[in-house]
Amino acid sequence: MQRDVQLEAGPFDPTEHWRTFLARLDGASGGVAAYCGMVRDRFDGDTVGGLYLEHYPGMTERSLERIVDRAGERWPLEAVSVVHRVGAVDAREPIVLVMVASAHRESAFDACELIMDLLKTEAVFWKKERSARGERWVESTARDRERAADWKKDK
Amino acid sequence: MNAIQVRFFASLREQIGRDRINVAASGVTDIESLWRRLELELPSEAIAALRTRGTRIAVNQELIEQDATLAPGDEVAFLPPITGG
Repeated sequence: MQRDVQLEAGPFDPTEHWRTFLARLDGASGGVAAYCGMVRDRFDGDTVGGLYLEHYPGMTERSLERIVDRAGERWPLEAVSVVHRVGAVDAREPIVLVMVASAHRESAFDACELIMDLLKTEAVFWKKERSARGERWVESTARDRERAADWKKDK
Repeated sequence: MNAIQVRFFASLREQIGRDRINVAASGVTDIESLWRRLELELPSEAIAALRTRGTRIAVNQELIEQDATLAPGDEVAFLPPITGG
């Protein structure tokens, strides 16, 4: 499995990464799935100006690599690429891009979903939201934790 | 190097007011002894923040569950619960 994890300190263009990802495939992949997470401009009735993403250089990259490896152990994947912003990110910008290539679509969709669910609870980032109310560190949601736990159940 | 570097992230970094401190390695051989040294070197509010439920500890960028031995040059990080993606 080709595995590529990148942290980006500034805006990235998902279509550029998508093009590169497709161009690198070797023709065995019939299914290529992608997920793009965006910074919303609203939360709980407030306008959100943007976020700040803190990370732990070295540990963050490795946490993403391990998440991708878990998906690769579970399904036969040809290639996975994860691009994740760090630092300040404005509302309406892409924050994360996950791309998965596999022989067939079921594995590609499922692996993409697993990677995002694990990313939400295991990737080493801390998110701070900026809004009219000020700045606050975000807490992980019960829903995120449930989703990550659910993957352990249907093994 | 005769120090152990202790790093703080995100909300812990803000509460403590700094992102890292170096502690002399002599006498600090595990997490238990590190806590005793930190209690001498940091104000009690900082220690309370570090002891917040949900805080994880990493040694050389690997999460630890219980105590761990420490050696000079090691890096210990206190991590608040993560939120990413």
